[in-house]
Amino acid sequence: MKKLLIALMTSAAAMSVAVSAEAAEKLKVCWVYVGPIGDFGYSYQHDQGRLAVEKKLGDKVETAYLENVAEGPDAERAFERLARQGCKLIFGTSFGFMDAEVKVANKFPDIKFEHATGYKTAPNLGIYNARFYEGRYILGQIAAKQSKSGVAGYIVSFPIPEVVMGINSFMLGAQSINPNFKAKIVWVNSWFDPGKEADAAKALFDQGADIIVQHTDSTAPLQVAQERGLHGFGQASDMIKFAPKSQYTAIVDDWGPYYIERVEKVLDGSWKPEDRWEGIKAGAVFMAPYTNLPDDVKAMAEATQKKIADGWNPFTGPVAKQDGSAWLKDGEVADDKTLLGMNFYVKGVDDKLPQ
Amino acid sequence: MDMTVSILLTIATAATPLLIAAIGELVVERSGVLNLGVEGMMVMGAVAGFGAGFLTGSPWIGLVAAIVVGALFSLLFAVMTLSLATNQVATGLSLTLLGLGLSGMMGTGFVGLPGERLPNLYIPVLTDLPVVGKLLFGQDPIFYISIALVFGVSWFLFKTRTGLTLRSIGDSHTSAHALGIQVIKYRYLAVMFGGACAGLAGGHLSLVYTPQWVENMTAGRGWIALALVVFSSWRPLRVLAGAYIFGAVWIGQLHAQAFGIPVPSQFLSSLPYLATIVVLVIISRNKRLTMMNTPASLGQAFVPDR
Repeated sequence: MKKLLIALMTSAAAMSVAVSAEAAEKLKVCWVYVGPIGDFGYSYQHDQGRLAVEKKLGDKVETAYLENVAEGPDAERAFERLARQGCKLIFGTSFGFMDAEVKVANKFPDIKFEHATGYKTAPNLGIYNARFYEGRYILGQIAAKQSKSGVAGYIVSFPIPEVVMGINSFMLGAQSINPNFKAKIVWVNSWFDPGKEADAAKALFDQGADIIVQHTDSTAPLQVAQERGLHGFGQASDMIKFAPKSQYTAIVDDWGPYYIERVEKVLDGSWKPEDRWEGIKAGAVFMAPYTNLPDDVKAMAEATQKKIADGWNPFTGPVAKQDGSAWLKDGEVADDKTLLGMNFYVKGVDDKLPQ
Repeated sequence: MDMTVSILLTIATAATPLLIAAIGELVVERSGVLNLGVEGMMVMGAVAGFGAGFLTGSPWIGLVAAIVVGALFSLLFAVMTLSLATNQVATGLSLTLLGLGLSGMMGTGFVGLPGERLPNLYIPVLTDLPVVGKLLFGQDPIFYISIALVFGVSWFLFKTRTGLTLRSIGDSHTSAHALGIQVIKYRYLAVMFGGACAGLAGGHLSLVYTPQWVENMTAGRGWIALALVVFSSWRPLRVLAGAYIFGAVWIGQLHAQAFGIPVPSQFLSSLPYLATIVVLVIISRNKRLTMMNTPASLGQAFVPDR
């Protein structure tokens, strides 16, 4: 009995060594999400990126994630926990994680960090973001072509540069087709509240808008459009299932290729902190299939998409600010720093920017 | 005119879940029990309603599932607070936390799927009447249930003997017990009625309001319902008024924004809550009236002496 026990114990010990040896070979990559992975929006798309990494590099890496991590002091604990658990590369996916992640990165110089949508870096902390606004220019063109009333309803979350940039890009796109195009803007002060978003969509439709654009994360506005026989655009993920007759297209975030590239760089030892801001060209942003559109509008959208993929920036002059003062001269392209800090509207936006 | 009708319909949709959850909680509180788990029961109802509707293809089965799951979930609260006499505030809060987490887990497979929507009522001729047709005869079924609930609960509480008994338990459980009333039994039933209502309110969200499932889709509506109960000083008809005032202010601010009225959107967004606070202040100025309406044993644990 005693012998058997010893035999069992030694084999168990041997097995546990084998397991940890295997674990040591695998690179542990971790993610911190601000929302639940079930939001079918922003955090969901990041998690799809994580799954893409697992699929492509599953034999070399293992992944872990923490969801629903509040921005602020809590985030610091989350990053520290992952660092202590043996994560070698950690992605923080929300703007509000910035300071916490910088702090933890300084504490663990051997671990590599990446932070989405922020601007602070460190020797072991890189930043990345996607040029969602490129897609919004295309939405603007489609809206201007398709709208009968010449008015779009635009549901927005918070007045941060990311969102303001989106509104401006949309309006520039719309004005390139119809200089008198109007957008009614409603701030719901939330990223995610299906009920409020639906109410906002109804209010906008009631006031004459016939196309809905959103910079909030739920599918509710599109469902309202579908019920009313009107149209709109998906946000962050392809929402066609919710509005098969109403979605023209959607701006889809695809983090997979970026994450795979970064993990591969860690694996072959060439990882360096970078400042990456990619869009349609690199595939970080792509447009869901153009549906419910006449062929000429579809062709126009595809042509614009190609133009952007070839390096054209929607923020190319001449562009005037809302008050009519000049911003970009003819042919001048806005620099990234101005875009990332954007706190003003371009000409033609019918709203006062909350400060 | 069309726009007015459309706005009124939007207000009704926004007010209905608040109204149903609040009317359920009103009965619970009238029996002297404070259940802060409304948000948790609502979100459980939402996931159950969506799930059952999606899996069976029938939103009506979803509706029933939402009610049943809401009631069963509240049973957990009832066992803890009534049979084991735990602290009601703490238990209610943990019920909310549990509901939010559990529903998220249960709903993982439903994310990103379009759901079944309960059809709106349609009566030939009547629904086609101008203006009033759609308002009176063309809304979703849960809207009619909500109105029936308000008048039903009002009649039950103030016109029936059982209602009187329930209120007496809420005012003094010791006296009621001394009179031979089965306090715990009544409270069990009241809590489960509240749970069923909260579940139904959640079902409204995932079957009518926005037919989809996403984590935390109640987005704080359970808490607003709790505030409405106090706002109404525990009177059913005032809950009706409160829920519609809240809905109207909320929808009104969205229209104001779309109209381009230059008021900061953050202020407009906070208006409904501000309105609630103002009314609460006005009501509580009249101390005698508040005292008269507040169930006196609200939130106190009760252990029968034999």
